[in-house]
Amino acid sequence: MSLKRKDFLGLYDVSAEEINQILDTAVAMKDILTRTVKKVPTLRGKTVINLFYEPSTRTKFSFNLAAKRLSADVMSISKSSSSIAKGESLLDTAKTMEVMGADVVVIRHSAPGAAKFLADNISASVLNAGDGAHAHPTQALLDIYSIKEKLGEIAGLKVLIVGDIAHSRVARSNIWGLNKLGAEVAVAGPQTLIPREIEKMGVKVYSDLDQALENVDVVNILRIQMERQESGLFPSIREYREIYGMNAERLERIGKKAMIMHPGPMNRGIEIESSVADSPQSVITEQVKNGVAIRMALLYLLAGREIDNEDLN
Amino acid sequence: MKTLIKNGRVYDSKNGLEGKYDILIEGNKIFAVEKEIKDQGYQIIDAEGKIIIPALIDMHTHLREPGYEEKETVKTGCEAAAAGGFSAVAAMPNTKPIADNPAVVEHLKLKSEKAAVRVYPIGSITQDSKGEVLSEIGTLAKTGVKALSDDGNPVMNSEIMRRAMEYASAFDLPVIDHCEDENLSQDGVMHEGYHSTIFGLKGIPAAAEEIMVARDIVLAEMTGIHLHIAHLSTEGSLNLVKEAKARGVNVTFEVTPHHLLLTDQAVEDYNPDTKVHPPLRSERDKNVLVEALKAGQIDVLATDHAPHTYEDKLGEFDYAAFGISGLETALGLLYYNFIKTGIIDWNDLLRMYYYKPGEILKIESEGLKQGSRADFLIFNPEREWTVDKNKFKSKGKNTPFAGWNLKGKNEITFVGGKMVYDDRGGKNEILY
Repeated sequence: MSLKRKDFLGLYDVSAEEINQILDTAVAMKDILTRTVKKVPTLRGKTVINLFYEPSTRTKFSFNLAAKRLSADVMSISKSSSSIAKGESLLDTAKTMEVMGADVVVIRHSAPGAAKFLADNISASVLNAGDGAHAHPTQALLDIYSIKEKLGEIAGLKVLIVGDIAHSRVARSNIWGLNKLGAEVAVAGPQTLIPREIEKMGVKVYSDLDQALENVDVVNILRIQMERQESGLFPSIREYREIYGMNAERLERIGKKAMIMHPGPMNRGIEIESSVADSPQSVITEQVKNGVAIRMALLYLLAGREIDNEDLN
Repeated sequence: MKTLIKNGRVYDSKNGLEGKYDILIEGNKIFAVEKEIKDQGYQIIDAEGKIIIPALIDMHTHLREPGYEEKETVKTGCEAAAAGGFSAVAAMPNTKPIADNPAVVEHLKLKSEKAAVRVYPIGSITQDSKGEVLSEIGTLAKTGVKALSDDGNPVMNSEIMRRAMEYASAFDLPVIDHCEDENLSQDGVMHEGYHSTIFGLKGIPAAAEEIMVARDIVLAEMTGIHLHIAHLSTEGSLNLVKEAKARGVNVTFEVTPHHLLLTDQAVEDYNPDTKVHPPLRSERDKNVLVEALKAGQIDVLATDHAPHTYEDKLGEFDYAAFGISGLETALGLLYYNFIKTGIIDWNDLLRMYYYKPGEILKIESEGLKQGSRADFLIFNPEREWTVDKNKFKSKGKNTPFAGWNLKGKNEITFVGGKMVYDDRGGKNEILY
């Protein structure tokens, strides 16, 4: 059992079948995470390198843990983006990874397309852990997994993504993935944070959050970066909270069945009120757990191409 | 020793030439163009089945020297021009130092003396092309610059642009502007639209160009100077220029081959060779430019030849340099895509790529006329070839057209009566 691809860079060119295959594999992985001994020997002898050019706590931790749960040898390399220009080029880093015998390289980078560049220059599998505003497929898959786990079927669900869509790789990957599985996706946020022609991706665009919230099944709230305000994309945090913040009143209006998500890290009290983040409708902590399962599934499907399914038992 | 070019099909309607003619060259001049010239012991070049036109003039070239010799030198850039079928290029001033003073211009002139093609210097509008203080425009004019431009950068300050235009009017130099509102383009790396959205790359809106085109037109109207818009790339810019021309504003513009052939979709693989200023635009913009080409509305074709090193274009799209190495693909691309397909004819090409640039820069461009300088090219319309960047004479191998299969290629370039490029049988040779 494996994916018919060397690399996993985004959900743009991934089929619904492949997504389902990953989600199914993640179910088995999540099962491992509930055992007392949370480790299987599946990827013993395999080398996973986490190459993080951007600060990340939870994604890096999640990938690390996922690799360890599968008994892979895992190393993490963090580089500050500022050292890229003058320091070692991504190409040389790729070559270094290659000779070190990496089976899978997980990359997080601020430049869109960086994961593809790495993939084109290395024979190891490349797993994109976020490249600029382009793609963050494991986050989208864990979001989809979390929705499926709670609501059953993706097809026909109304999913709303709220906030800074323009700079969000999470939004883009969610849109590709959810659309493929037949969900109806909409985005809402200030028009300054909605990228041009995004409706061509097959989403509805709202600038009025309350209107967008009518009849939704899932609300995925994105983190708002403070520097967006500084660069003039919205006037103030206060106004953002007022117009686009997910608060108790709005939660009340969408009802008990709706599901609340956030990829983290949250700005509590800004894009999401604590009472919403900690509400029964929120699956935010479950998302983190599912993230490990999804990453285990992908590492397994990429690195364990020749490994038998039996090894999971 | 005279050279006789026999049996070529000559296009130069301005000189009443269309059909089979023999061309006799003596020294650096055309001695005669006649239906048949008898061989009287001349050196003969048989051009049977070939096309002969005046060699092209590229009015937008970056030769990089001095300062960026790793990207290009006057020598290699001019060799690339010769190979591409050009007899002359106008060199943009964004070297290091910037050509904002006579010393840099004189240096360029000196370097150009031995080059394969003629080089016409362009001086900067402002000192160091910073858009703050005017260059010594009068001195530059005396040194022989043919135009003024801060190309690579816009002149953001409208007051400075106004004064530059007013001041330059005394010296009869056209002002060439790189139209880009930097507040709008910011750190954008490709055209803003659907593709920038899905690739997650920061977009440069069409408005960044159009606003500056509009501003420049207003200032040109106010000052009466000849404004030339460099590398026009959007439908909106085209409409602004058309409207201005209809009002009688003295404005011309150029379009590059890459903006006529590629769109923002080409960025798909994050290939840094598709990264260029202004960016490859939308399908609609491209189609509108091709319509304008067909309708005879484009004044000038120019490459914006912007050579870079392998390293400049290596790696992440965001960090790669802007620019396309264009001299060696321009003619082949234009012939195969637009002449062969009947969208334009050879005389249209000459109007946009020889006569008009000559007129704007006020340089010799009399065509294939008896007594004029013998600058022409011999083109083989049947030659099939693949764009191979490793065969470029230019140091800049940065082309998004690598691997394109074309039919029709320049085989011989004559500059001033001398054969400077010979590609018969695939020799690909520069001759000094």
